[in-house]
Amino acid sequence: MSATLGAIFAPGFFSSSQVQIAASVGAVVAVVAGTVGVFTVIRGQSFAGEALGDIGTTGGSGSFLVAVGPLWGFAAVAIAAAATMEMLGIQRPRGRDVATGVVLGAGLGLAALFFYLIATNDNTTGATFTIVFGSPFAITSSSVPLVAAFSVTALSLIVMLFRPLLLCSISPELAAGRGIHVRLVGALYLLALAIAVALAAFTIGTILSTALLVGPAATALRLTRSPGRAIAAAALIGVGSTWLGILMAYDSYDWPPLGNGWPVSFFVVSLIFVAYLLAGLPRRRRVSSTATGADSAKLAAEPSRG
Amino acid sequence: MSAERTDSGGGPILEVEGVSVSLAGRDVLREVSFAIDPGQFTGLIGSNGAGKTTLFRVILGLQPPRGGSVLIAGRARSRRNPLIGYVPQKFLLDPDAPLRARDLVGLGIDAHRYGVALPSRARTARIEEMLEAVDARGFADRRVGNLSGGEQQRVLIAHALIARPALLLLDEPLANLDLGSGHEVVALLSRIAAEQRIAILISAHDMNPLLGAMDRVVYLAAGRAVSGTVEEVVRTRVLSQLYGHHVDVLRVHGRVLVVAGEAGELADTGDPTHTHTQVEIIS
Repeated sequence: MSATLGAIFAPGFFSSSQVQIAASVGAVVAVVAGTVGVFTVIRGQSFAGEALGDIGTTGGSGSFLVAVGPLWGFAAVAIAAAATMEMLGIQRPRGRDVATGVVLGAGLGLAALFFYLIATNDNTTGATFTIVFGSPFAITSSSVPLVAAFSVTALSLIVMLFRPLLLCSISPELAAGRGIHVRLVGALYLLALAIAVALAAFTIGTILSTALLVGPAATALRLTRSPGRAIAAAALIGVGSTWLGILMAYDSYDWPPLGNGWPVSFFVVSLIFVAYLLAGLPRRRRVSSTATGADSAKLAAEPSRG
Repeated sequence: MSAERTDSGGGPILEVEGVSVSLAGRDVLREVSFAIDPGQFTGLIGSNGAGKTTLFRVILGLQPPRGGSVLIAGRARSRRNPLIGYVPQKFLLDPDAPLRARDLVGLGIDAHRYGVALPSRARTARIEEMLEAVDARGFADRRVGNLSGGEQQRVLIAHALIARPALLLLDEPLANLDLGSGHEVVALLSRIAAEQRIAILISAHDMNPLLGAMDRVVYLAAGRAVSGTVEEVVRTRVLSQLYGHHVDVLRVHGRVLVVAGEAGELADTGDPTHTHTQVEIIS
Protein backbone atom coordinates (compact mmCIF):
# COMPACT_ATOMS: atom_id res chain seq x y z
CA MET A 1 0.00 0.00 0.00
CA SER A 2 2.65 2.47 1.07
CA ALA A 3 4.77 1.28 -1.85
CA THR A 4 1.95 2.19 -4.25
CA LEU A 5 1.52 5.55 -2.58
CA GLY A 6 5.24 6.09 -2.79
CA ALA A 7 5.11 5.38 -6.51
CA ILE A 8 2.29 7.88 -7.01
CA PHE A 9 3.57 10.62 -4.74
CA ALA A 10 7.29 10.87 -5.42
CA PRO A 11 9.48 11.55 -2.37
CA GLY A 12 9.39 15.15 -1.22
CA PHE A 13 6.09 15.94 -2.97
CA PHE A 14 4.19 17.09 0.11
CA SER A 15 7.13 18.82 1.79
CA SER A 16 8.17 20.82 -1.27
CA SER A 17 7.28 24.48 -0.78
CA GLN A 18 7.09 24.91 -4.55
CA VAL A 19 4.44 22.19 -4.68
CA GLN A 20 2.59 23.69 -1.73
CA ILE A 21 2.41 27.15 -3.31
CA ALA A 22 1.54 25.79 -6.75
CA ALA A 23 -1.20 23.58 -5.28
CA SER A 24 -2.78 26.28 -3.13
CA VAL A 25 -2.58 29.08 -5.73
CA GLY A 26 -3.70 26.62 -8.41
CA ALA A 27 -6.73 25.56 -6.35
CA VAL A 28 -7.85 29.11 -5.61
CA VAL A 29 -7.45 30.12 -9.24
CA ALA A 30 -9.31 27.01 -10.43
CA VAL A 31 -12.26 27.88 -8.17
CA VAL A 32 -12.36 31.47 -9.50
CA ALA A 33 -11.96 30.36 -13.13
CA GLY A 34 -14.63 27.66 -12.78
CA THR A 35 -17.14 30.02 -11.15
CA VAL A 36 -16.64 32.82 -13.66
CA GLY A 37 -16.32 30.29 -16.50
CA VAL A 38 -19.83 28.88 -16.05
CA PHE A 39 -21.23 32.31 -16.92
CA THR A 40 -18.71 32.72 -19.75
CA VAL A 41 -20.05 29.55 -21.35
CA ILE A 42 -23.74 30.38 -20.76
CA ARG A 43 -23.21 33.88 -22.18
CA GLY A 44 -21.35 32.54 -25.20
CA GLN A 45 -18.34 34.72 -24.39
CA SER A 46 -15.67 32.04 -24.69
CA PHE A 47 -14.00 34.02 -27.45
CA ALA A 48 -13.83 37.10 -25.22
CA GLY A 49 -12.29 34.94 -22.48
CA GLU A 50 -9.76 33.51 -24.93
CA ALA A 51 -8.92 37.00 -26.20
CA LEU A 52 -8.45 38.43 -22.70
CA GLY A 53 -6.06 35.55 -21.95
CA ASP A 54 -4.10 35.87 -25.18
CA ILE A 55 -3.80 39.61 -24.75
CA GLY A 56 -2.33 38.94 -21.30
CA THR A 57 0.78 38.06 -23.29
CA THR A 58 1.16 41.79 -23.88
CA GLY A 59 0.77 42.49 -20.17
CA GLY A 60 3.13 39.71 -19.17
CA SER A 61 5.88 40.77 -21.57
CA GLY A 62 5.33 44.45 -20.74
CA SER A 63 5.61 43.78 -17.00
CA PHE A 64 8.85 41.86 -17.64
CA LEU A 65 10.29 44.91 -19.40
CA VAL A 66 9.38 47.31 -16.58
CA ALA A 67 10.26 44.71 -13.92
CA VAL A 68 6.97 44.35 -12.05
CA GLY A 69 5.21 41.09 -11.22
CA PRO A 70 3.57 39.40 -14.23
CA LEU A 71 0.18 39.13 -12.49
CA TRP A 72 -0.03 42.95 -12.43
CA GLY A 73 0.67 42.98 -16.16
CA PHE A 74 -1.91 40.26 -16.94
CA ALA A 75 -4.59 41.99 -14.87
CA ALA A 76 -3.91 45.55 -16.06
CA VAL A 77 -3.99 44.62 -19.73
CA ALA A 78 -6.98 42.26 -19.39
CA ILE A 79 -9.03 44.93 -17.56
CA ALA A 80 -8.03 47.63 -20.07
CA ALA A 81 -8.89 45.31 -22.96
CA ALA A 82 -12.22 44.38 -21.36
CA ALA A 83 -13.09 48.06 -20.95
CA THR A 84 -12.20 48.74 -24.59
CA MET A 85 -14.29 45.79 -25.79
CA GLU A 86 -17.22 47.04 -23.72
CA MET A 87 -16.96 50.50 -25.25
CA LEU A 88 -16.56 49.14 -28.78
CA GLY A 89 -19.80 47.24 -28.47
CA ILE A 90 -19.42 43.85 -26.82
CA GLN A 91 -22.90 44.30 -25.34
CA ARG A 92 -24.41 43.77 -28.78
CA PRO A 93 -24.24 40.13 -29.84
CA ARG A 94 -23.37 41.08 -33.41
CA GLY A 95 -20.68 43.59 -32.45
CA ARG A 96 -19.23 41.23 -29.87
CA ASP A 97 -16.87 39.12 -31.97
CA VAL A 98 -15.75 42.10 -33.99
CA ALA A 99 -14.96 44.20 -30.91
CA THR A 100 -13.12 41.26 -29.35
CA GLY A 101 -11.15 40.49 -32.49
CA VAL A 102 -10.11 44.10 -33.08
CA VAL A 103 -8.88 44.56 -29.51
CA LEU A 104 -7.10 41.19 -29.57
CA GLY A 105 -5.25 42.07 -32.76
CA ALA A 106 -4.12 45.44 -31.46
CA GLY A 107 -2.96 43.94 -28.15
CA LEU A 108 -0.97 41.12 -29.71
CA GLY A 109 0.78 43.60 -31.95
CA LEU A 110 2.18 45.20 -28.80
CA ALA A 111 3.18 41.77 -27.49
CA ALA A 112 5.26 41.24 -30.63
CA LEU A 113 7.07 44.50 -29.93
CA PHE A 114 7.62 43.71 -26.24
CA PHE A 115 9.00 40.23 -26.96
CA TYR A 116 11.33 41.76 -29.54
CA LEU A 117 12.59 44.21 -26.91
CA ILE A 118 12.99 41.43 -24.33
CA ALA A 119 14.93 39.31 -26.81
CA THR A 120 17.26 42.17 -27.75
CA ASN A 121 17.84 43.21 -24.14
CA ASP A 122 18.67 39.87 -22.63
CA ASN A 123 18.91 36.62 -24.41
CA THR A 124 16.50 34.39 -22.47
CA THR A 125 13.60 32.41 -23.84
CA GLY A 126 12.52 31.62 -20.26
CA ALA A 127 10.41 34.76 -19.93
CA THR A 128 8.54 34.07 -23.16
CA PHE A 129 7.89 30.46 -22.20
CA THR A 130 6.68 31.31 -18.69
CA ILE A 131 4.35 34.04 -19.93
CA VAL A 132 2.81 32.03 -22.74
CA PHE A 133 2.68 28.55 -21.18
CA GLY A 134 2.87 29.32 -17.47
CA SER A 135 4.81 27.69 -14.72
CA PRO A 136 3.00 27.08 -11.43
CA PHE A 137 6.25 25.84 -9.82
CA ALA A 138 7.79 29.28 -10.46
CA ILE A 139 5.12 31.08 -8.40
CA THR A 140 6.73 32.68 -5.36
CA SER A 141 5.09 33.16 -1.98
CA SER A 142 5.32 36.94 -2.42
CA SER A 143 2.58 36.84 -5.08
CA VAL A 144 0.14 34.93 -2.85
CA PRO A 145 -1.49 38.04 -1.27
CA LEU A 146 -2.16 39.54 -4.71
CA VAL A 147 -3.65 36.27 -5.96
CA ALA A 148 -5.88 36.21 -2.88
CA ALA A 149 -6.99 39.83 -3.35
CA PHE A 150 -7.84 39.33 -7.04
CA SER A 151 -9.66 36.07 -6.27
CA VAL A 152 -11.79 37.65 -3.56
CA THR A 153 -12.65 40.55 -5.89
CA ALA A 154 -13.73 38.32 -8.77
CA LEU A 155 -15.74 35.96 -6.57
CA SER A 156 -17.41 38.87 -4.74
CA LEU A 157 -18.50 40.33 -8.07
CA ILE A 158 -20.07 37.03 -9.12
CA VAL A 159 -21.81 36.50 -5.76
CA MET A 160 -23.13 40.07 -5.82
CA LEU A 161 -24.33 39.88 -9.43
CA PHE A 162 -25.52 36.27 -9.27
CA ARG A 163 -29.27 36.65 -9.85
CA PRO A 164 -29.36 39.57 -12.30
CA LEU A 165 -26.35 38.11 -14.15
CA LEU A 166 -28.05 34.74 -14.51
CA LEU A 167 -31.20 36.31 -15.95
CA CYS A 168 -29.20 38.61 -18.27
CA SER A 169 -27.16 35.63 -19.48
CA ILE A 170 -30.29 33.63 -20.30
CA SER A 171 -32.35 36.38 -21.87
CA PRO A 172 -31.39 40.06 -21.99
CA GLU A 173 -34.98 40.92 -23.02
CA LEU A 174 -36.40 39.19 -19.96
CA ALA A 175 -33.88 40.98 -17.72
CA ALA A 176 -34.50 44.39 -19.30
CA GLY A 177 -38.25 43.87 -18.90
CA ARG A 178 -37.66 43.49 -15.17
CA GLY A 179 -35.79 46.77 -14.99
CA ILE A 180 -32.34 45.18 -14.68
CA HIS A 181 -29.57 47.39 -16.07
CA VAL A 182 -28.33 44.78 -18.56
CA ARG A 183 -25.34 46.75 -19.81
CA LEU A 184 -24.04 47.57 -16.33
CA VAL A 185 -24.34 43.93 -15.27
CA GLY A 186 -22.52 42.91 -18.46
CA ALA A 187 -19.72 45.40 -17.86
CA LEU A 188 -19.21 44.30 -14.24
CA TYR A 189 -19.20 40.69 -15.38
CA LEU A 190 -16.53 41.53 -17.94
CA LEU A 191 -14.41 42.95 -15.10
CA ALA A 192 -14.75 39.67 -13.17
CA LEU A 193 -13.87 37.79 -16.36
CA ALA A 194 -10.74 39.91 -16.92
CA ILE A 195 -9.55 39.23 -13.36
CA ALA A 196 -10.28 35.50 -13.60
CA VAL A 197 -8.44 35.26 -16.91
CA ALA A 198 -5.43 37.15 -15.48
CA LEU A 199 -5.28 34.67 -12.60
CA ALA A 200 -5.56 31.71 -14.96
CA ALA A 201 -2.84 33.19 -17.21
CA PHE A 202 -0.60 33.60 -14.16
CA THR A 203 -1.06 29.93 -13.27
CA ILE A 204 -1.02 28.04 -16.57
CA GLY A 205 0.04 30.69 -19.08
CA THR A 206 -1.73 33.21 -21.27
CA ILE A 207 -2.68 31.05 -24.22
CA LEU A 208 -3.73 28.12 -22.02
CA SER A 209 -5.73 30.25 -19.57
CA THR A 210 -8.91 29.79 -21.56
CA ALA A 211 -8.73 26.01 -20.97
CA LEU A 212 -8.98 26.54 -17.21
CA LEU A 213 -11.77 29.08 -17.68
CA VAL A 214 -13.96 27.31 -20.21
CA GLY A 215 -13.01 23.62 -19.94
CA PRO A 216 -14.23 22.81 -16.41
CA ALA A 217 -17.31 25.00 -16.91
CA ALA A 218 -18.25 23.30 -20.18
CA THR A 219 -17.73 19.91 -18.53
CA ALA A 220 -19.89 20.95 -15.57
CA LEU A 221 -22.67 22.07 -17.91
CA ARG A 222 -22.73 18.59 -19.39
CA LEU A 223 -23.14 17.04 -15.96
CA THR A 224 -25.52 19.33 -14.06
CA ARG A 225 -28.85 21.04 -14.53
CA SER A 226 -28.86 23.88 -12.02
CA PRO A 227 -26.59 26.93 -11.89
CA GLY A 228 -25.37 26.36 -8.33
CA ARG A 229 -24.40 22.77 -9.01
CA ALA A 230 -22.73 23.74 -12.29
CA ILE A 231 -20.48 26.20 -10.45
CA ALA A 232 -19.63 23.65 -7.73
CA ALA A 233 -18.85 21.00 -10.35
CA ALA A 234 -16.73 23.40 -12.45
CA ALA A 235 -14.70 24.40 -9.37
CA LEU A 236 -14.19 20.75 -8.37
CA ILE A 237 -13.13 19.69 -11.88
CA GLY A 238 -10.75 22.66 -12.08
CA VAL A 239 -9.15 21.96 -8.70
CA GLY A 240 -8.93 18.23 -9.40
CA SER A 241 -7.26 18.74 -12.79
CA THR A 242 -4.85 21.30 -11.36
CA TRP A 243 -3.78 19.14 -8.42
CA LEU A 244 -3.47 15.99 -10.52
CA GLY A 245 -1.54 17.98 -13.12
CA ILE A 246 0.87 19.26 -10.48
CA LEU A 247 1.37 15.71 -9.16
CA MET A 248 2.03 14.31 -12.63
CA ALA A 249 4.44 17.12 -13.43
CA TYR A 250 6.28 16.48 -10.18
CA ASP A 251 6.48 12.76 -10.97
CA SER A 252 7.68 13.55 -14.49
CA TYR A 253 11.01 14.86 -13.20
CA ASP A 254 12.63 11.55 -14.05
CA TRP A 255 10.83 11.12 -17.38
CA PRO A 256 12.57 11.37 -20.77
CA PRO A 257 13.81 13.18 -22.71
CA LEU A 258 15.55 15.71 -20.47
CA GLY A 259 14.84 14.34 -17.02
CA ASN A 260 13.89 17.77 -15.69
CA GLY A 261 10.13 17.51 -15.77
CA TRP A 262 7.30 18.11 -18.20
CA PRO A 263 5.32 21.38 -18.06
CA VAL A 264 2.49 21.42 -15.49
CA SER A 265 0.24 23.30 -17.89
CA PHE A 266 0.38 20.44 -20.38
CA PHE A 267 -0.94 18.01 -17.78
CA VAL A 268 -3.61 20.38 -16.42
CA VAL A 269 -5.00 21.23 -19.84
CA SER A 270 -4.92 17.61 -21.00
CA LEU A 271 -6.76 16.44 -17.87
CA ILE A 272 -9.43 19.13 -18.37
CA PHE A 273 -9.88 17.99 -21.96
CA VAL A 274 -10.16 14.32 -20.95
CA ALA A 275 -12.76 15.23 -18.30
CA TYR A 276 -14.75 17.12 -20.94
CA LEU A 277 -14.72 14.15 -23.31
CA LEU A 278 -15.68 11.71 -20.55
CA ALA A 279 -18.58 13.93 -19.46
CA GLY A 280 -19.88 13.91 -23.02
CA LEU A 281 -19.98 10.15 -23.47
CA PRO A 282 -23.05 9.04 -21.49
CA ARG A 283 -25.06 12.19 -22.17
CA ARG A 284 -24.64 12.01 -25.94
CA ARG A 285 -26.35 8.62 -25.90
CA ARG A 286 -29.13 9.74 -23.58
CA VAL A 287 -29.94 12.83 -25.61
CA SER A 288 -30.03 11.03 -28.94
CA SER A 289 -32.35 8.35 -27.57
CA THR A 290 -34.82 10.88 -26.14
CA ALA A 291 -34.61 12.92 -29.33
CA THR A 292 -35.57 9.96 -31.51
CA GLY A 293 -38.28 9.10 -29.01
CA ALA A 294 -39.76 12.56 -29.28
CA ASP A 295 -39.48 12.52 -33.06
CA SER A 296 -41.34 9.24 -33.39
CA ALA A 297 -44.00 10.48 -30.97
CA LYS A 298 -44.40 13.60 -33.09
CA LEU A 299 -44.65 11.52 -36.27
CA ALA A 300 -47.30 9.33 -34.67
CA ALA A 301 -49.30 12.39 -33.64
CA GLU A 302 -48.99 14.11 -37.01
CA PRO A 303 -51.66 12.30 -39.08
CA SER A 304 -54.34 12.71 -36.40
CA ARG A 305 -53.93 16.51 -36.46
CA GLY A 306 -55.77 17.15 -39.72
CA MET B 1 -67.04 35.70 -26.13
CA SER B 2 -66.79 35.91 -22.40
CA ALA B 3 -68.52 38.65 -20.47
CA GLU B 4 -66.46 41.76 -20.00
CA ARG B 5 -64.83 41.96 -16.60
CA THR B 6 -64.45 45.37 -15.12
CA ASP B 7 -63.14 46.35 -11.76
CA SER B 8 -65.70 48.33 -9.85
CA GLY B 9 -63.12 49.21 -7.20
CA GLY B 10 -60.42 51.14 -9.06
CA GLY B 11 -59.59 52.66 -12.43
CA PRO B 12 -57.75 51.01 -15.30
CA ILE B 13 -54.52 49.15 -14.59
CA LEU B 14 -52.99 50.46 -17.82
CA GLU B 15 -53.70 53.73 -19.63
CA VAL B 16 -51.86 54.47 -22.85
CA GLU B 17 -52.55 58.08 -23.84
CA GLY B 18 -51.62 59.48 -27.25
CA VAL B 19 -48.31 57.58 -27.44
CA SER B 20 -46.18 58.34 -30.50
CA VAL B 21 -42.82 56.73 -31.24
CA SER B 22 -40.36 57.42 -34.03
CA LEU B 23 -37.52 55.00 -34.71
CA ALA B 24 -34.81 56.02 -37.17
CA GLY B 25 -37.03 58.77 -38.55
CA ARG B 26 -40.00 56.47 -39.13
CA ASP B 27 -43.27 56.93 -37.24
CA VAL B 28 -43.80 53.52 -35.68
CA LEU B 29 -46.67 54.54 -33.40
CA ARG B 30 -48.95 57.54 -33.91
CA GLU B 31 -51.18 58.82 -31.13
CA VAL B 32 -51.96 55.35 -29.76
CA SER B 33 -54.49 55.40 -26.93
CA PHE B 34 -56.28 52.64 -25.06
CA ALA B 35 -56.94 51.47 -21.52
CA ILE B 36 -57.07 48.08 -19.82
CA ASP B 37 -59.06 47.30 -16.67
CA PRO B 38 -57.92 44.83 -14.01
CA GLY B 39 -58.57 41.21 -14.96
CA GLN B 40 -59.27 41.99 -18.61
CA PHE B 41 -57.93 39.78 -21.39
CA THR B 42 -56.89 42.05 -24.25
CA GLY B 43 -55.45 41.03 -27.60
CA LEU B 44 -52.98 43.37 -29.28
CA ILE B 45 -53.44 42.50 -32.93
CA GLY B 46 -51.31 43.72 -35.80
CA SER B 47 -49.14 42.42 -38.62
CA ASN B 48 -45.39 42.00 -38.24
CA GLY B 49 -43.87 45.45 -38.06
CA ALA B 50 -47.11 47.10 -36.93
CA GLY B 51 -45.38 48.27 -33.73
CA LYS B 52 -46.56 45.66 -31.20
CA THR B 53 -43.12 45.06 -29.67
CA THR B 54 -42.38 48.79 -29.68
CA LEU B 55 -45.62 49.42 -27.80
CA PHE B 56 -44.60 46.80 -25.21
CA ARG B 57 -41.19 48.44 -24.85
CA VAL B 58 -42.91 51.79 -24.21
CA ILE B 59 -45.17 50.22 -21.56
CA LEU B 60 -42.11 48.56 -19.94
CA GLY B 61 -40.24 51.87 -19.91
CA LEU B 62 -37.50 50.61 -22.25
CA GLN B 63 -38.46 52.93 -25.11
CA PRO B 64 -39.16 56.57 -24.34
CA PRO B 65 -42.12 57.78 -26.44
CA ARG B 66 -41.81 60.96 -28.52
CA GLY B 67 -45.15 62.05 -27.16
CA GLY B 68 -47.94 60.81 -24.91
CA SER B 69 -47.95 59.04 -21.59
CA VAL B 70 -48.30 55.63 -20.00
CA LEU B 71 -49.96 55.24 -16.61
CA ILE B 72 -49.74 52.04 -14.59
CA ALA B 73 -52.52 51.88 -11.97
CA GLY B 74 -52.92 55.62 -12.37
CA ARG B 75 -49.24 56.48 -11.90
CA ALA B 76 -46.46 57.33 -14.33
CA ARG B 77 -44.46 54.17 -14.85
CA SER B 78 -41.03 53.74 -13.31
CA ARG B 79 -38.12 51.77 -14.71
CA ARG B 80 -38.73 48.71 -12.56
CA ASN B 81 -42.43 48.37 -12.08
CA PRO B 82 -43.39 45.34 -9.97
CA LEU B 83 -46.96 45.61 -11.25
CA ILE B 84 -45.90 44.49 -14.74
CA GLY B 85 -44.94 40.96 -15.76
CA TYR B 86 -43.40 40.40 -19.18
CA VAL B 87 -42.90 37.43 -21.47
CA PRO B 88 -40.68 38.45 -24.41
CA GLN B 89 -40.94 37.16 -27.94
CA LYS B 90 -38.89 34.28 -29.32
CA PHE B 91 -37.35 32.91 -26.21
CA LEU B 92 -34.77 30.38 -27.29
CA LEU B 93 -32.55 29.03 -24.59
CA ASP B 94 -29.39 27.05 -25.18
CA PRO B 95 -30.18 23.42 -24.29
CA ASP B 96 -26.85 23.32 -22.42
CA ALA B 97 -27.69 26.18 -20.07
CA PRO B 98 -27.80 24.80 -16.52
CA LEU B 99 -31.21 26.10 -15.63
CA ARG B 100 -34.15 23.95 -14.62
CA ALA B 101 -37.72 25.14 -15.12
CA ARG B 102 -37.93 25.67 -11.35
CA ASP B 103 -34.77 27.83 -11.36
CA LEU B 104 -36.24 30.15 -14.00
CA VAL B 105 -39.49 30.43 -12.05
CA GLY B 106 -37.48 31.20 -8.89
CA LEU B 107 -35.62 33.97 -10.73
CA GLY B 108 -39.02 35.54 -11.28
CA ILE B 109 -39.24 36.30 -7.56
CA ASP B 110 -36.06 38.29 -7.13
CA ALA B 111 -33.81 38.36 -10.21
CA HIS B 112 -33.37 42.12 -9.82
CA ARG B 113 -31.79 41.75 -6.36
CA TYR B 114 -28.08 41.48 -5.76
CA GLY B 115 -26.58 38.46 -4.08
CA VAL B 116 -27.46 34.78 -4.10
CA ALA B 117 -30.97 33.58 -3.26
CA LEU B 118 -30.90 31.47 -0.13
CA PRO B 119 -33.14 28.43 -0.35
CA SER B 120 -36.01 28.49 2.11
CA ARG B 121 -39.13 26.43 2.62
CA ALA B 122 -41.35 29.42 1.83
CA ARG B 123 -39.47 30.07 -1.41
CA THR B 124 -39.67 26.43 -2.50
CA ALA B 125 -43.39 26.31 -1.67
CA ARG B 126 -44.07 29.46 -3.68
CA ILE B 127 -42.22 28.05 -6.68
CA GLU B 128 -44.08 24.71 -6.39
CA GLU B 129 -47.40 26.52 -6.23
CA MET B 130 -46.62 28.55 -9.34
CA LEU B 131 -45.39 25.47 -11.25
CA GLU B 132 -48.67 23.80 -10.31
CA ALA B 133 -50.67 26.81 -11.53
CA VAL B 134 -49.21 26.52 -15.04
CA ASP B 135 -49.23 22.69 -15.08
CA ALA B 136 -45.44 22.58 -15.21
CA ARG B 137 -44.69 20.24 -12.31
CA GLY B 138 -44.11 17.33 -14.66
CA PHE B 139 -41.04 19.01 -16.16
CA ALA B 140 -39.96 21.25 -13.28
CA ASP B 141 -36.55 19.58 -12.97
CA ARG B 142 -35.70 19.49 -16.67
CA ARG B 143 -33.50 22.09 -18.31
CA VAL B 144 -35.56 24.92 -19.75
CA GLY B 145 -33.61 24.70 -23.02
CA ASN B 146 -34.75 21.11 -23.52
CA LEU B 147 -38.46 21.87 -23.16
CA SER B 148 -40.87 22.22 -26.07
CA GLY B 149 -42.06 25.67 -27.15
CA GLY B 150 -45.38 25.30 -25.30
CA GLU B 151 -43.67 24.09 -22.13
CA GLN B 152 -41.19 26.99 -22.26
CA GLN B 153 -44.09 29.44 -22.62
CA ARG B 154 -45.75 28.00 -19.50
CA VAL B 155 -42.51 28.28 -17.53
CA LEU B 156 -42.05 31.88 -18.71
CA ILE B 157 -45.62 32.71 -17.71
CA ALA B 158 -44.89 31.26 -14.25
CA HIS B 159 -41.64 33.29 -14.13
CA ALA B 160 -43.66 36.45 -14.82
CA LEU B 161 -46.58 35.60 -12.53
CA ILE B 162 -44.61 34.64 -9.42
CA ALA B 163 -43.78 38.31 -8.83
CA ARG B 164 -47.56 38.85 -8.51
CA PRO B 165 -48.03 41.47 -11.24
CA ALA B 166 -51.35 43.17 -11.92
CA LEU B 167 -50.66 43.31 -15.66
CA LEU B 168 -49.05 40.60 -17.77
CA LEU B 169 -47.60 41.47 -21.19
CA LEU B 170 -46.97 38.62 -23.62
CA ASP B 171 -45.26 39.32 -26.94
CA GLU B 172 -46.40 36.85 -29.62
CA PRO B 173 -46.46 33.86 -27.27
CA LEU B 174 -48.27 31.73 -29.86
CA ALA B 175 -45.93 32.51 -32.76
CA ASN B 176 -43.82 29.36 -32.54
CA LEU B 177 -46.40 26.99 -31.13
CA ASP B 178 -48.44 24.31 -32.85
CA LEU B 179 -52.23 24.74 -32.66
CA GLY B 180 -52.70 22.41 -29.69
CA SER B 181 -50.04 24.05 -27.52
CA GLY B 182 -51.40 27.45 -28.54
CA HIS B 183 -54.88 26.54 -27.33
CA GLU B 184 -53.44 25.29 -24.03
CA VAL B 185 -51.54 28.54 -23.46
CA VAL B 186 -54.59 30.67 -24.26
CA ALA B 187 -56.81 28.60 -21.95
CA LEU B 188 -54.21 28.91 -19.18
CA LEU B 189 -53.98 32.70 -19.58
CA SER B 190 -57.75 33.01 -19.70
CA ARG B 191 -58.01 31.08 -16.42
CA ILE B 192 -55.29 33.22 -14.80
CA ALA B 193 -57.01 36.45 -15.83
CA ALA B 194 -60.32 35.26 -14.40
CA GLU B 195 -59.08 33.60 -11.20
CA GLN B 196 -56.30 35.99 -10.18
CA ARG B 197 -57.77 39.15 -11.68
CA ILE B 198 -54.56 39.82 -13.58
CA ALA B 199 -55.00 41.94 -16.70
CA ILE B 200 -53.45 40.32 -19.76
CA LEU B 201 -52.21 42.07 -22.89
CA ILE B 202 -51.18 39.52 -25.48
CA SER B 203 -49.87 40.40 -28.92
CA ALA B 204 -50.52 38.28 -31.99
CA HIS B 205 -50.50 38.65 -35.76
CA ASP B 206 -53.40 36.20 -36.00
CA MET B 207 -56.37 36.95 -33.76
CA ASN B 208 -58.18 33.66 -34.37
CA PRO B 209 -56.63 31.59 -31.55
CA LEU B 210 -57.61 34.39 -29.15
CA LEU B 211 -61.22 34.89 -30.33
CA GLY B 212 -62.85 32.89 -27.53
CA ALA B 213 -60.71 34.42 -24.79
CA MET B 214 -60.48 38.13 -25.64
CA ASP B 215 -62.54 40.64 -23.68
CA ARG B 216 -61.17 43.45 -25.78
CA VAL B 217 -58.96 43.97 -28.78
CA VAL B 218 -56.42 46.68 -29.57
CA TYR B 219 -55.91 46.62 -33.34
CA LEU B 220 -52.68 48.17 -34.65
CA ALA B 221 -52.18 49.12 -38.28
CA ALA B 222 -50.11 51.80 -39.97
CA GLY B 223 -48.91 52.95 -36.55
CA ARG B 224 -52.39 53.77 -35.32
CA ALA B 225 -54.66 51.83 -33.00
CA VAL B 226 -58.34 51.28 -32.48
CA SER B 227 -59.67 49.47 -29.44
CA GLY B 228 -62.91 48.01 -28.14
CA THR B 229 -64.65 44.65 -28.09
CA VAL B 230 -64.04 42.32 -31.04
CA GLU B 231 -67.56 43.09 -32.32
CA GLU B 232 -66.89 46.81 -32.19
CA VAL B 233 -63.44 46.77 -33.77
CA VAL B 234 -63.24 43.90 -36.21
CA ARG B 235 -65.68 45.28 -38.77
CA THR B 236 -65.19 46.24 -42.37
CA ARG B 237 -65.93 49.91 -41.79
CA VAL B 238 -63.75 50.34 -38.68
CA LEU B 239 -60.71 48.51 -40.03
CA SER B 240 -60.96 50.17 -43.44
CA GLN B 241 -60.74 53.50 -41.69
CA LEU B 242 -57.75 52.29 -39.62
CA TYR B 243 -55.85 50.90 -42.60
CA GLY B 244 -56.70 53.96 -44.69
CA HIS B 245 -57.99 51.84 -47.54
CA HIS B 246 -60.77 49.33 -48.03
CA VAL B 247 -60.46 45.99 -46.26
CA ASP B 248 -63.07 43.27 -45.95
CA VAL B 249 -63.73 41.46 -42.71
CA LEU B 250 -64.97 37.97 -43.45
CA ARG B 251 -66.21 35.42 -40.92
CA VAL B 252 -65.73 31.87 -42.11
CA HIS B 253 -66.42 28.82 -39.90
CA GLY B 254 -66.05 30.87 -36.76
CA ARG B 255 -62.77 32.38 -37.93
CA VAL B 256 -62.06 35.94 -38.92
CA LEU B 257 -60.25 36.90 -42.12
CA VAL B 258 -59.17 40.44 -42.82
CA VAL B 259 -58.73 40.84 -46.55
CA ALA B 260 -57.26 43.94 -48.13
CA GLY B 261 -59.37 45.29 -50.96
CA GLU B 262 -56.52 46.42 -53.18
CA ALA B 263 -55.37 43.97 -55.83
CA GLY B 264 -56.91 41.13 -53.83
CA GLU B 265 -53.87 41.22 -51.59
CA LEU B 266 -54.22 39.53 -48.23
CA ALA B 267 -53.42 41.77 -45.32
CA ASP B 268 -51.43 39.49 -43.08
CA THR B 269 -53.33 40.80 -40.09
CA GLY B 270 -55.98 38.58 -38.66
CA ASP B 271 -55.42 36.27 -41.53
CA PRO B 272 -55.43 32.65 -40.35
CA THR B 273 -52.39 32.20 -42.55
CA HIS B 274 -52.46 30.28 -45.79
CA THR B 275 -50.10 27.70 -44.42
CA HIS B 276 -52.53 26.64 -41.69
CA THR B 277 -55.31 26.17 -44.20
CA GLN B 278 -53.04 24.23 -46.51
CA VAL B 279 -51.77 21.99 -43.76
CA GLU B 280 -55.31 21.12 -42.84
CA ILE B 281 -56.28 20.27 -46.39
CA ILE B 282 -53.22 18.14 -46.94
CA SER B 283 -53.35 16.14 -43.73
